[in-house]
Amino acid sequence: MIGRRALIGLAAGLAMTTSFTAPAISQETFKVGLILPMTGPFASTGRQVEAGARAYMAAHGDTAAGKTVELIVRDDAGTADQTRRLAQELVVNEEVDALAGFGLTPLALAAGSIATQAKVPAVVMAAATSVITEESEYFVRTSGTLPQSAVPVATWAGENDIQSVVTLVSDYGPGIDAETWFTKEFTDNGGEILEAVRVPLQNPDFAPFLQRVRDAEPDAVFVFLPSGAGSLFMRQFANRGLGEAGIRLIATGDVTDDDILNEMGDPALGAITGHFYSAAHDSPENEAFVSAFKEANDGMRPNFMAIGGYDGMQALYAALEKTEGDTSGDALMEALKGLSWTSPRGPVSIDPETRDIVQNIYMREVKSVDGELYNVEFETYEAVKDPVKAQAAD
Amino acid sequence: MLTILFDGIAYGMLLFILACGLTITLGLMNFINLAHGAFAMAGGYITVVLLNRYGVSFYLCLPIAFFAVAAVGALLERTLYRHLYDAPHLDQVLFSVGLVFMAIAAADYFMGGQQQLINLPDELRGRFEFMGADIGRYRLFIIGCCAVLAIALQLALTRTRFGSQLRAAVDDGRVARGLGINVPLVFALTFALGSGLAGLGGAIGAEMLGLDPNFPLKFMIYFLIVVSVGGTSSITGPFLAALLLGIADVAGKYYAPQVGAFVIYAVMVLVLIVRPHGLFSREGGR
Repeated sequence: MIGRRALIGLAAGLAMTTSFTAPAISQETFKVGLILPMTGPFASTGRQVEAGARAYMAAHGDTAAGKTVELIVRDDAGTADQTRRLAQELVVNEEVDALAGFGLTPLALAAGSIATQAKVPAVVMAAATSVITEESEYFVRTSGTLPQSAVPVATWAGENDIQSVVTLVSDYGPGIDAETWFTKEFTDNGGEILEAVRVPLQNPDFAPFLQRVRDAEPDAVFVFLPSGAGSLFMRQFANRGLGEAGIRLIATGDVTDDDILNEMGDPALGAITGHFYSAAHDSPENEAFVSAFKEANDGMRPNFMAIGGYDGMQALYAALEKTEGDTSGDALMEALKGLSWTSPRGPVSIDPETRDIVQNIYMREVKSVDGELYNVEFETYEAVKDPVKAQAAD
Repeated sequence: MLTILFDGIAYGMLLFILACGLTITLGLMNFINLAHGAFAMAGGYITVVLLNRYGVSFYLCLPIAFFAVAAVGALLERTLYRHLYDAPHLDQVLFSVGLVFMAIAAADYFMGGQQQLINLPDELRGRFEFMGADIGRYRLFIIGCCAVLAIALQLALTRTRFGSQLRAAVDDGRVARGLGINVPLVFALTFALGSGLAGLGGAIGAEMLGLDPNFPLKFMIYFLIVVSVGGTSSITGPFLAALLLGIADVAGKYYAPQVGAFVIYAVMVLVLIVRPHGLFSREGGR
């Protein structure tokens, strides 16, 4: 134990000497500490977000307001105490100017108090529970919230002849968020929720839950599941013949994640989802983003997490330009509030009140385009705010 | 009702295929191999690669997965595992958990962290109605495979010369060697069989359970539950245990979704309170 302490002390000492010998460089660099799950069950999230952030830097250079932007990637393996420790290390030892990443809600929440105490902006690039940005004044989000996607899906369902729905969500924060807000919007519009099914997060077999849905005979089933589980669900949904029984599948875009959509095959065809990004979004910005991303990542398709990473960097670059190189946390936060830009996903802005992203939510259908499956957008709900905070403000 | 029963049986059978290899290594060889799931994962990935990249028929993939993983198992047994047969159980646990983490990292490195999906042949997709129950074709296939497997294993272990050699080697290695039984060979073959079964289970289970690098850890609990509830002295024990747990799990989740996830653990606790050595245990066995 003593030996280990001594080693850590030595390492810390070395780290300090190196940072003292090169002070001129550190003033000119803008360090972003990117904390992501790069290993463990959520590794694909980390991979996508990092690739998205790097794609932005590859396309727009690594300088902003005369400073060199440097990414320092750390792996928290999807455990919250690690996220917190890494955030602290990055702030104290690396003296980062901004934190970013955060693959899951608990991970983001764990880092909130560090951001507040250190007065360092923390850009949430993936986690999607509404409450995160209320945890710290220094959180800003470039991904989206689940209620933001779930409410437009409910509105659309009400307008399209869907009168009764069974909801099926993963039993954790984002799932409950999605269920609550879908239900609220759908019943306000006169729809009926026949049953609310919650699936344990670690669930190998969907058979009993799907059978429950089938027996309830709804017009549609509304689904939120994290992307890996989502693809299994799609398979079993098709195999159980729910589609033949006249039950439509509506979901948030996590279920038809672009990263693995193509491998889901025919069972995914026709699924209706609402979300903020599709790799098939029709705009020149997106076309450039998708082709550059695929080239840099061995053909991997960007998904909604990659765009969160991309726009997170975009927001930091823009904020830095706006402060003309002032890297103090408060100046950056002021600059971030109210920013707006054209992202590959469409027009977006940062709500100055809530620091949450305001963006279009697209209704999409899974279709085969040139032999590959894509979420093809067919309807747009413009400039949707996070409904949870919008309601609290009323 | 019948549908739920059918789904439960299919799920239980799948658990059995995955866990029976562990029954063999743990119960017969008395080696705590927590890396069992890693062998299952290997079988799953072999199937995914062969099926999706090279277009090999699914029915051919299953035996390939079995033999390939068995070969890997035999290799590891010769190079690594055999040094730990006489080690305390804690050492075996630490060693095999270490292997699990290496396997996870390797799978992530070579195959990526995302969920892998396999494309079943058309005749195994979909479902049909039979006596008012919805029968999923693939689930029926699983039940069939499992029944054949269970019978074959039971016969192999109790009726063949190899089975009695194995039991002799486990019960008293020195005497068995004295009688001319090649104990290291018997152990190597048995370990290969256990690993191969895991590989087969992974290949069959990939469609229902999904496959990602975290597979060994995610399902380790389920293997252990099946083996501890079933007892390790026979194939029948884990078979019935897997059936019981599968049906309890599916029915619990269907009829009481709020608490459904706990049913499988509640059943385990109850069984172990009443019968601490599992449903079927050999008195005086090790």
